[in-house]
Amino acid sequence: MKKHVITASVENHPGVLARIVGIISGRGYNIETLNVAPTQDPQVSRLTMQVPGDERVLEQVTKQLNKMVDVIKVTDLTQKRYLNRELVLVEVNAPSGKRAELIALADVFDARVVSVQKKSLTIQMVAERERVGDFLDLLRPYTIIDVSRSGVIAVARAD
Amino acid sequence: MKTGAKLIMDGLKAEGVKTIFGLPGGAVLDIFAELYHSDFEFILTRHEQGATHMADGYARATGKTGCCIVTSGPGATNAVTGLATAYMDGIPMVCLSGQVPSSMIGNDAFQEADTTGITRAVTKHNYLVHNVDDLPRIIAEAFHIARTGKPGPVLIDIPKDVQRSASNAVRPKNMDYLRGYRPSMDGHPKQVAKLAEAINKAQKPLLYVGGGVIASGAAADLTRLARKAHIPVTTTLLGLGAFPETDPLALRMLGMHGSAAANKAVSECDLLISVGARFDDRVTGKISEFAPHALKAHIDIDPSAIDKSVIIDIPVVGDAARILPLLIPQVKTLKRSGWLNQIKQWQEQYPLAYDTQTTQLLPQYVIEQIYEVTRGNAVIVTEVGQHQMWAAHFFKYTKPRTFISSGGLGTMGFGLPAAIGVQAALRDATVVDIGGDGSTQMNIQELVVAVEHDLPINVVILNNGYLGMVRQWQEMFYKSEYSATHLGGKKAGRGKPPAYLPDFVKIAEAHGALGMRLTQKNEVAPALRKAIRSKRPCVVECIVKENENVYPMVPPGASLTEMIHSMA
Repeated sequence: MKKHVITASVENHPGVLARIVGIISGRGYNIETLNVAPTQDPQVSRLTMQVPGDERVLEQVTKQLNKMVDVIKVTDLTQKRYLNRELVLVEVNAPSGKRAELIALADVFDARVVSVQKKSLTIQMVAERERVGDFLDLLRPYTIIDVSRSGVIAVARAD
Repeated sequence: MKTGAKLIMDGLKAEGVKTIFGLPGGAVLDIFAELYHSDFEFILTRHEQGATHMADGYARATGKTGCCIVTSGPGATNAVTGLATAYMDGIPMVCLSGQVPSSMIGNDAFQEADTTGITRAVTKHNYLVHNVDDLPRIIAEAFHIARTGKPGPVLIDIPKDVQRSASNAVRPKNMDYLRGYRPSMDGHPKQVAKLAEAINKAQKPLLYVGGGVIASGAAADLTRLARKAHIPVTTTLLGLGAFPETDPLALRMLGMHGSAAANKAVSECDLLISVGARFDDRVTGKISEFAPHALKAHIDIDPSAIDKSVIIDIPVVGDAARILPLLIPQVKTLKRSGWLNQIKQWQEQYPLAYDTQTTQLLPQYVIEQIYEVTRGNAVIVTEVGQHQMWAAHFFKYTKPRTFISSGGLGTMGFGLPAAIGVQAALRDATVVDIGGDGSTQMNIQELVVAVEHDLPINVVILNNGYLGMVRQWQEMFYKSEYSATHLGGKKAGRGKPPAYLPDFVKIAEAHGALGMRLTQKNEVAPALRKAIRSKRPCVVECIVKENENVYPMVPPGASLTEMIHSMA
């Protein structure tokens, strides 16, 4: 199933998120990533989610979300040109012998070491979601101790 | 400064509410204290489900927004089925529920339930009021949302402390600030023109009409369109009454228990124009074989109804009452004699029929007699099951809002309380609730309410001693193994079995209503006349043939062309 990136501008009211999630989970679809934060208008929040699903079903879901009273606008960005980014903070096992290697790897991915511990490094990276995945795959052999991903955020690109 | 409870009363009054259905409890005592001093007509029900169905029946009969009040916890959970029923059928309703005090929410307080959480999926919108200052705005929004666009139920959950605190807040002047809620009303003129062109080109067009036409008040326009362009009309269960069934263009209902003429017309037509219907699975049968030769047009106010199950060639999103008047001048008056002759032939060849020769009392006969005795001048309300289908087949509906039934959710127990709601709205109408013995028992306690308020509903029970529709499916698809569908017969245990279980005549009398039991054909018309003339709530129990089936029937998942006309 294709992964869809759906964004919504919603009224900043309690219960809005539950309503949106309910429509999607009610179809048996899993929200892979979800990000919510205020916009330039403090009354409006922007929500971005990544949902794998059937094209037709998600078109239906998008229409149903658009119908909700607290939802101002919903867009399935997958049908448009868009930019996406994800932020990741990852703590990776780094004995002294492996540190240089890890820092070099981070460099290649434009990632940054933000904290150095006795036996580990914490690396921050901002990139497109695929690149974040690639980077984490390469870190795996070193043993990832902890990882926190922001989930995808996205904006449409004007032509 | 006014208390929250007073603001609620003012808000309901400003929305034009006259009648409220409900049941008090701890978390709504403050609202009821204000209600005591108000001039609303309050109808005290015996169960909260009854209150929601009454508000629903009131709304279906009038087009106004039904209103009910229930308490927290069990009061609210009892209301859930009624909200879901109204939600599925797009019925405007506002339900106020009490909630435990704000400080106790989430603490498993006495009679606490997460009402907004529970009802989220069965309401068009719902609110938990956090601050008394928001109450006037929320009440105004709730009624606006309930009755505009595709109508639906809205629930407002009001904690006890909010009812008691005071505020100077006032109603907003308009709803323009609701930027997330702007229902599309006017159809796109280009789409309307495209539809007109398709109609003018079509050889074999067919109108497929649903409850949306009634909700929108577009029945007269629809009739003008059909008659001007000579387009035959089939309706869904909820669309009954949107087009006069006495008209030669009327094909009656389509779908699983549709008329053969309607189902054949759908399968043969070259243009299917759906107006305010939603291609429900009980209508379409096997989707891939639904209207296989037709270009499909869909007029609907709900954008999410378009392409939901059937891909639409010409969508027109908007209110039918605004779109049809634009469409009518653009369609040509064409004879279509070949198509209309074909339709006529089907109508003659496959009438909705039953065995009229037998001396046995058949359920279909009872419904025909209701039509004869009332001369079609009645509001028919139904429960859910076989009797509901027979009520659709053997009474001819000519006016909107005269057939009231739970279509989408199929809620047994809907009919009796809904009939009370209808009669509360239309005091002079003849209201006949047609039910089975199974579904009538589901909310029979509300009969007392009809007696208390002098609401002379006529409850006609077609008693076949079974959960009849389920029994029919067991007969047809489960080797006649009647698992848990037999009612009304004591088969084991001590003592002599009672003649009637339950005894509906005694039930009627115990509730203060008139009760009659009929077993013969010739008793039906006199009993119905007596019931209607009595101007009292009546229960007319008809002991009908046990194993009569509803035909025609399209088996679940089959195409509309695979109709079963009888078991023989």
